[in-house]
Amino acid sequence: MENNTSSLMKLTLYDRIFKPQTVTLPNGHSVQRCRSRTPVIVLFLAVAIWLSLRMTGFDLHVVITKFRKMVDLLEKILQPDWSFFPKVVSPLIDTIKMSILGTVIGCVLALPVAILSSSNINKSIPVVWLIRFLLGLIRTLPTLIIALVCALIFSLGTFSGTIAIAIFTFGIVAKMLFESIETIDMGPFEAMEALGANKFQAFWSACVPQILPVYLSHSLYCFEMNVRASAILGYVGAGGLGITINERIGWRDYNSLGTVLLSLFVVVVIIDFFSEYLRKKLS
Amino acid sequence: MEKKDKIAMLEQSLDRKLTTLEMYENRPRKWILYLVIVLAVALLVGWSADDIHFTGLTATGTEVAKGVVHGVFHPDTNLLFGTGDSDVPYLLLQTIAIAVLGTIFGAILAIPFAFLASFNIMPKAVAYIVRILILMIRTIPSIVWALMWIRVTGPGAACGVITQSVCSIGMISKMYITAIEDLDTHILESLDAMGCTPFQKIRYGVLPQLTASFISTTIYRFDINLKDATTLGIVGAGGIGASLVQCLNSRRWGMVGSFIWGLMVLVLIIELISTRIRRKLAHGE
Repeated sequence: MENNTSSLMKLTLYDRIFKPQTVTLPNGHSVQRCRSRTPVIVLFLAVAIWLSLRMTGFDLHVVITKFRKMVDLLEKILQPDWSFFPKVVSPLIDTIKMSILGTVIGCVLALPVAILSSSNINKSIPVVWLIRFLLGLIRTLPTLIIALVCALIFSLGTFSGTIAIAIFTFGIVAKMLFESIETIDMGPFEAMEALGANKFQAFWSACVPQILPVYLSHSLYCFEMNVRASAILGYVGAGGLGITINERIGWRDYNSLGTVLLSLFVVVVIIDFFSEYLRKKLS
Repeated sequence: MEKKDKIAMLEQSLDRKLTTLEMYENRPRKWILYLVIVLAVALLVGWSADDIHFTGLTATGTEVAKGVVHGVFHPDTNLLFGTGDSDVPYLLLQTIAIAVLGTIFGAILAIPFAFLASFNIMPKAVAYIVRILILMIRTIPSIVWALMWIRVTGPGAACGVITQSVCSIGMISKMYITAIEDLDTHILESLDAMGCTPFQKIRYGVLPQLTASFISTTIYRFDINLKDATTLGIVGAGGIGASLVQCLNSRRWGMVGSFIWGLMVLVLIIELISTRIRRKLAHGE
């Protein structure tokens, strides 16, 4: 009996060090119960937190004493100065335009790459892994750093922001898309091929209708994220609302900052609402 | 959905199964929908491309592009493997430390927010107000939070920690809310029927349902926070970003290259680990 249970259970390294507890049931059988992992995880977390506290010099005391100042600042933000609003409109529209164009460029580029990197369509495994690795590398680069490099290369302004957003979108949409493409039903594709269609025809009429709605919904989701992200790109000189935000904080003009943030909030909420509605329709 | 309904209706009215040919003739025609989508996208692109012009490269544009590429292929190895205060490993560890603390504090702070915003626990009015608050926290970009906190606490890694604790609340509580609203209340009823005390009900009825998704959310957010922490340095909130931007601006390409390599490797490793843990949490093995 003993042998039976232990051979059924998968013993990890942890279980070999901390032997499982043997429990005898009322009917005479005995079962083994693995030791809980919680103490180890808690210990690990405690060490990580302690090290992090030392490394960052975080002090709760400072937060508590300075919290009053933050509340004052937030109060000023919540009393926006609406006379500043006319100066917000133009950068706000720039930000939206940047994210629209960037998203479209990124998504268009992502479609062929995503198809190439799905293992159920592209049978050449090395190519699939190479493309995925490159996509992974692109995704690790923070948008702000890309925007900064773009601003250094193509002068300050909305163009650099658009390129930065396009690169960021490309990485994310391609990844989400190939993950969805791998879950599509390949049955229709095989059926088309059996009927004598060539690869492209089969792909066009069996796979594309399955991919398109997912593709559109991923693109919309990415657009939502991009509106938020592009609002700060101006901080490194890539156009849009970021310049205004940075300038207002620099001037300590928190009432106007409130105007900027509230308008951004309203725009983001409207776009989120629309895109969520459309995505629900698509699925 | 629609397509099946249409065919089912036809079959019902004809009172027989449709032949394959008839089915094909009644196939869903979506070209109008696609035409509308294409037109809308074209319109939006036209509208936005109107204002975004390619103004050519800057005077030093090609030099920057070449420099970055050169730097990536010839990183400064002393910086990359050094052990000093301003070397890549130390800065990466500091970035991780900021993300760890920010995520843990954020995850703890998000719990009350999430419970207050759940419709199945709180009255509707309260839940809506808390939800708007959460949405506001989420909309303000993390860099803006960092800029505001720097005004209050001064620059440094501690400021990064506070920033991340605050802005993590938004997303984490949003995902906590979904978990809380999916709670299976039948289990609580059966525990009630067995005569359990409220404490036992929470311990054996609520916690086991929530922990897995809470931990999964937190690890996911750690992933995001780590990427965020790399950029927080740009505004002076600690981590690797500050040094990277300084090197970019002073055009020391070798150093830029080593920072970029450090950053890429770190983010890739963390992403790999976090996906693996989350998959285990979701599927057991």
